[in-house]
Amino acid sequence: MASELDLSRDRLDAPFARRVEELSGENPYACYQCGKCSAGCPFADYMDVLPNQVLRLVQLGDESALDLSAPWVCASCLACGVRCPKGVDIAKTMEALRLLALRKGISPAPATPDRPCPQIALVGAFRKLTP
Amino acid sequence: MKKLAYFPGCAMKDQARPDENGALQALAILGYEVEEIPRWNCCGTVYSLAQDDLMRHVGPVRNLVRVQGMGEKRVLTLCAMCYGTLTRSARFVEEPERLERINAFMDTEDDFRGGIEVVHLLTLLRDEVGYEKLASKVKRSLDGLKVATYYGCVLLRPREFAVDDPERPEVMERVVEAMGGTPTVFPERMECCGAYLTVGRSDVVTDRAGRILRSARGNGADLVVTTCPLCQFNLDERRPAGAPSLPVLYLGQLLAWAMGVDEPAVAALVSKEPATGKPVPSGV
Repeated sequence: MASELDLSRDRLDAPFARRVEELSGENPYACYQCGKCSAGCPFADYMDVLPNQVLRLVQLGDESALDLSAPWVCASCLACGVRCPKGVDIAKTMEALRLLALRKGISPAPATPDRPCPQIALVGAFRKLTP
Repeated sequence: MKKLAYFPGCAMKDQARPDENGALQALAILGYEVEEIPRWNCCGTVYSLAQDDLMRHVGPVRNLVRVQGMGEKRVLTLCAMCYGTLTRSARFVEEPERLERINAFMDTEDDFRGGIEVVHLLTLLRDEVGYEKLASKVKRSLDGLKVATYYGCVLLRPREFAVDDPERPEVMERVVEAMGGTPTVFPERMECCGAYLTVGRSDVVTDRAGRILRSARGNGADLVVTTCPLCQFNLDERRPAGAPSLPVLYLGQLLAWAMGVDEPAVAALVSKEPATGKPVPSGV
């Protein structure tokens, strides 16, 4: 006899996903993995996993999302968010992952900036790469 | 003369001086009396995207408190990054609970009451000056110059704060046309240059800059114009070896030159053709 399929979200409802949702204000479960964010991301080429895959890890409550390079390569250009058919502002999810990592003491901030470096870039980097 | 409160931001006093010099002279010609807001501070460059990070909105909001103190209802920015932080932070802290907390935090300031409109140079030119009046003030046409209009991110995203349609903008193209130039629409005109990644991942930014410049040149541009000091730096200073050498200038520089103000960077791109008196590209 076939076992009953459980298609509810309850099994996925992980505390990590809720934490990311709370910080970002974006519901990770709204994403249905169409991949439009990754298709238009100007930085996808430089990421270890694609933006939609980052969101999938969050949906699964997988905290290894905090060890990825992808959120640090995201420059918050918001190309993903304006194109998402489900209205998920993925840049906010990326920011939440950065902040969770930063608040645990993980930061990729370089010891010295690449030179030359204007102040407008330094201020931006301070705000994104330090807690 | 029409009075206009103005928030310069850090870059306008440093690397983007040519933009400020040009834009302010152009605005004077267009009938604006621009007044810099007193005791302004850095806007923070990048908008905080987190729900609980209220402290990072103090920078932009404090500048809006200064605008309020001048008795003004709106403030002008030339810089795309400043436009982004000021507009978005103002909206974010309008929510009553956040507003109460941020005002409590800035207890030596007047309370921020909200309702300050932030205008960017481009929207001012389109919505208030108008392309026709702009064209009527042009003394030296950019005729013959193909200008790649580079928007970058913040002017167009997110949608709620975009100066134009986020996928099919035209305001910068219309401004270039009003100055007599030919806008070059190229696929990368709305794609991010890498912004602050230039601090620790200049390899990524160099790659991005190369792609954007090749796209602009490949579509026939003689120069690139932008309103963002970070884009200008990244495209110009992180330009990879072998990438097209076309100049990356600020909108303020083009406006000033077109209105007859000295602007050596633009003057170098055009030379008078004696027979017609029209400027022609000097072979970029």
